[in-house]
Amino acid sequence: MQEEVKNNNIQTAKAWKPKILAIFCNWCTYTASDLAGVSRLKYPATTRVVRIMCSGRLDPQFILTAFSEGADAILIGGCHPGDCHYATGNYKCLRRFHLIQKYMKQMNIEPERLRLEWISASEGKRLAEVIGEMTETITKLGQSKIKQQVANIEK
Amino acid sequence: MAVYWGAACGGCCVSVLDVHETLLTVIQHADLVFWPIALDTKYADVEAMEDKSIDLTLFNGAVRNSENEHMAHVLRAKSKILVAYGSCAHMGGIPGLANFSTKEELLSRVYDESPSTVNPDKVRPQHEYKVPEGTLEIPNFYEDVCMLDQIVDVDYYLPGCPPQTERLVEVFLAIVSGAQLPPKGSVIGVSERAQCEECTRIKSDNRSVDRFYRPWEIEDDGVSCFIDQGVICMGSATVGGCGVRCVKGNAPCRGCYGPVPGVTDMGAKIMSTIATALNAEDENDIIKAIDSIEDAAGTFYRFSLPASKIRRKIQ
Amino acid sequence: MSNNKEEIRIGVYICHCGHNIAGAVDVVGVAEYAAKLPNVVISKDYKYMCSDPGQELIAADIKEYNLNRIVVTSCSPLLHEKTFREATTKAGLNQYFMQMVNIRENVSWVNENFDDATEKSKDLVRAAVQRVAFQRALEKQKVPVNPNVLIVGGGIAGISAALTMANAGKKVYLVEKESTIGGHMAIFDKTFPTLDCAACILTPKMSSVKNHPNITLWTYSEVSNVEGFVGNYKVQVTRKPRYVIEDLCVGCMLCVEKCIFKEGKFPDEFNQGLSKRKPVYVPFPQATPLVAVIDDKTCIHFKTGKCTQTCKTACDRNAIDFDQKPEIKEIEVGTVLLTTGFQAFDAKKVPYYGYGKYPNVFTSLEVERMVNASGPTEGHVLTREGKAPKSVGIIHCVGSRDEKTHKWCSRVCCMYSLKLAHLIKEHTGADVYNFYIDMRTPGKGYEEFYDKLLHEDVHFIRGRVSEVTDWITSPEEEGKLIIRAEDTMIGMVRRIPVDMVVLAVGMEPRDDAQEIRKMFNISCSTEGFFLERHPKLAPVNTFTDGVFIAGACQGPRDIPDSVAQAGAAAAEALVLIDSGHVELEPNTAYIVDEICSGCKSCLNICPYKAITFDLEKNKSSINVALCKGCGTCVAACPSSAIKQNLFEDVEIFSEIKGIFVE
Ligand code: SF4
Ligand code: SF4
Ligand code: FES
Repeated sequence: MQEEVKNNNIQTAKAWKPKILAIFCNWCTYTASDLAGVSRLKYPATTRVVRIMCSGRLDPQFILTAFSEGADAILIGGCHPGDCHYATGNYKCLRRFHLIQKYMKQMNIEPERLRLEWISASEGKRLAEVIGEMTETITKLGQSKIKQQVANIEK
Repeated sequence: MAVYWGAACGGCCVSVLDVHETLLTVIQHADLVFWPIALDTKYADVEAMEDKSIDLTLFNGAVRNSENEHMAHVLRAKSKILVAYGSCAHMGGIPGLANFSTKEELLSRVYDESPSTVNPDKVRPQHEYKVPEGTLEIPNFYEDVCMLDQIVDVDYYLPGCPPQTERLVEVFLAIVSGAQLPPKGSVIGVSERAQCEECTRIKSDNRSVDRFYRPWEIEDDGVSCFIDQGVICMGSATVGGCGVRCVKGNAPCRGCYGPVPGVTDMGAKIMSTIATALNAEDENDIIKAIDSIEDAAGTFYRFSLPASKIRRKIQ
Repeated sequence: MSNNKEEIRIGVYICHCGHNIAGAVDVVGVAEYAAKLPNVVISKDYKYMCSDPGQELIAADIKEYNLNRIVVTSCSPLLHEKTFREATTKAGLNQYFMQMVNIRENVSWVNENFDDATEKSKDLVRAAVQRVAFQRALEKQKVPVNPNVLIVGGGIAGISAALTMANAGKKVYLVEKESTIGGHMAIFDKTFPTLDCAACILTPKMSSVKNHPNITLWTYSEVSNVEGFVGNYKVQVTRKPRYVIEDLCVGCMLCVEKCIFKEGKFPDEFNQGLSKRKPVYVPFPQATPLVAVIDDKTCIHFKTGKCTQTCKTACDRNAIDFDQKPEIKEIEVGTVLLTTGFQAFDAKKVPYYGYGKYPNVFTSLEVERMVNASGPTEGHVLTREGKAPKSVGIIHCVGSRDEKTHKWCSRVCCMYSLKLAHLIKEHTGADVYNFYIDMRTPGKGYEEFYDKLLHEDVHFIRGRVSEVTDWITSPEEEGKLIIRAEDTMIGMVRRIPVDMVVLAVGMEPRDDAQEIRKMFNISCSTEGFFLERHPKLAPVNTFTDGVFIAGACQGPRDIPDSVAQAGAAAAEALVLIDSGHVELEPNTAYIVDEICSGCKSCLNICPYKAITFDLEKNKSSINVALCKGCGTCVAACPSSAIKQNLFEDVEIFSEIKGIFVE
């Protein structure tokens, strides 16, 4: 534990840019992300995409792990309601999302740090917009303190 | 053998006493060298002991202040086997819920705000206080509650709030009999699977929950699974070993035994299960149903907040 | 890293993709960085990883360095995962030991800052290196492909595809919503640019469909449910009652003649409402199957129950059955072709062109019927007053290339407007004005056709029409419509009085496209046309394996293109069928018995009912054949007893940690 504290100095404010974990479902949002690429849309290099088959695979543990490892925010992307490739996975994702938000509120984690968006395969533009917006919001909010506070057992 | 309590309610020590006449068997095999609630051994006596001179230490309670931490280090050094005994030492336990507050919030509640407090001078405990006779010291109150293994190396964990006394006896006898001990770091006295395996309540094949209730809000039918009735039960995410004590007493499991092996964050995992069990599909209905869960974080992390991924409220 | 004892030896390959990646990311820097990561034995950058030498590089390194894990950092896995998995397999390594990192679509093409993009690429490579160490060898699941095929939509695309597949010896179910096949093409009089008669080329195809031993034709029918997966679809088709027994009717039309209505009274859909039909009718003489249909919305028997049923008595074959009920057919097919077509833009949505307000504003489809010799006017182009127009204005791009309606070009309107201009001129000798924005004639013989029209004394005015009104300014203009348009060639606004206005309506997605899309689990583009898997490389494939698309349901196109696409879709389906089986990704879930507590949390959440409970063992289990691998149950299991191949917790956790922790 103590060792980790050392490696964990907050980067200087100037150098810091948000790092956002993006968890996208294979069929809609990941495809939209490809489309944004093919269409050469531009957005900030703040996201890191992890692909899952369906947003229904979203395990709250992924989110907590990401926060505790240093994610400034997490973006979950799935198919629009009614459009999930597996029929209903995204509803389950939505339920978990709202419960995690509730938990985050109690933990004093800003709700903006976890965002869920339904982005269909054709909405490359929307994807780029969402990432742009989110980057702006998180930049304003500042670096997440979670990793530091988790590692740093204050006495 | 030693028994020590850190930030604890005392229940764990009582659970040791609960061995009743088996205590005689215990002391046949071991001398009790240190046990603050029963013996008059002083800290200095323990500090003076040789390293590794205690065969077995049961450390119960979380680490909350400098005294707890100091004794954790001392006992680690003096003990061959250090067991995190009970939920608080294992995962932070109920005292760990203090991680939902800051140190300042706690102190101001106790020394300023609470209705029974009369403290016009706003006196706060000081770590050191000079009196004519010299300097008085009281332990430093930490910002965070920690579980034992965040402070020192732990050999085994014996979970429970408090642990099942039978389990303690088994473990103790195993150690003294020189039987093959489980690998270091094991959680002992637990089953391999969640509570549900032993729970005899009837679980529905078509679980579909409209909303959640606090246990007193519904009339428990006594036979069906709590979750199916809309009451949050931690049993499915909690490792067995206690004999489903709470559910047998018609109270839902609160999760004191900790997670099933392989689960990294017990609260997150059960959140996933609980949210999934809802049947709402419309976003507003979902929000309403989720709203029916009172104190979500406190419920899902009742015993394990310091052990969770995000171990405290972020400041 | 991994739980088992084997030493992890990773090879990392960074692709330049020519300039595509190398221009935006420091690929050499990323490769050097990767070389230092734990378990990485070799790390290289290369110009084109997907090229043969690129793939051979991987294979050679696997042998030389004894690699057991591969990370390819290049483009999207949706594009090249297969390529690199094959390259991995060729070198004798299980293909699931390969992990791709997408630094093209997800980085170089979208992120502009070179340093940030490089940083991001490093993070992603690190994540993959950590993930791949936990990946396990897996085998694809082989499932047989049912050789039967379902084709939805009996327009020219569906007809062509059906014949191709049936001629290849496959059993075809062709399902059509209307009472006859033929689609839009059957409505047309002539086809551009050759001006051959549409019916003459279409009718033989329609009868071949009807008579083909391998084709089961279900008209007046709709798909009502779809279950299963590639190679093994279970489809439910609802056959709506036409109140005429198909097997008995010979299409003699006696019933139509003897209907209690002496004259047609209801707008005839086929003739675009320009003529009237009776409640019992045959849409057009070449309708296939040639079977009458009774419209229960207009038939007196259905409306009041008090009809003497003269049609029924007239039929000497006893084919009329007023008690017919919807009939459900269950079929099993391995592949599906969607050829559901388009709908014409509704001209009422652009009120400034006066459709529905001024009687002499027509849509192009109406004029198609008028110029047809067997149409409502027997081939005469007439105003509503029944006179031959002396001047006609054709307005292009109605419902196309327009911010307010549809942005896309419908691709056919320029050409069919030219065709109609030619036909109107031929039939009436009227002055014909074409109002166009751009003349789009990309197709074999199309430009030549335009050129021909330019010499036929047809007027061309380049500019968008602002409105059609009846605001006449002189007595000679009495009864005329006034078209106001900008003429961008001469830079002024023109005002042209005409007797008739023809609106060249565009193509749009059908209203029921969304329903169909959901049923077959495919996607639509933003406009609402079915989305192809890849716009260039997989234009007839969808993201759902075994479901193909062709014709105007995928986007506006003309007849030759629809037919070509139908052929392509049929070929794709044949490939699947003839290979006899499909290989399914092994990303299915399974339950570890030793961990499952029997809590039943997973039981009711699988959309495919793949999870059942074994009472004896007091545990749940997953039927792999039913599991489609969404992972929903994996996330929901409170004991983490459910694992998903390819997406195991430890794989995802290590990927997430890898992103953030250096
Ligand atoms: S949710 Fe997990 S533990 Fe519960 S029955 Fe299903 S597999 Fe078993
Ligand atoms: S992974 Fe999805 S499809 Fe497979 S059993 Fe679980 S819920 Fe069903
Ligand atoms: S597949 Fe996209 S949310 Fe389920």
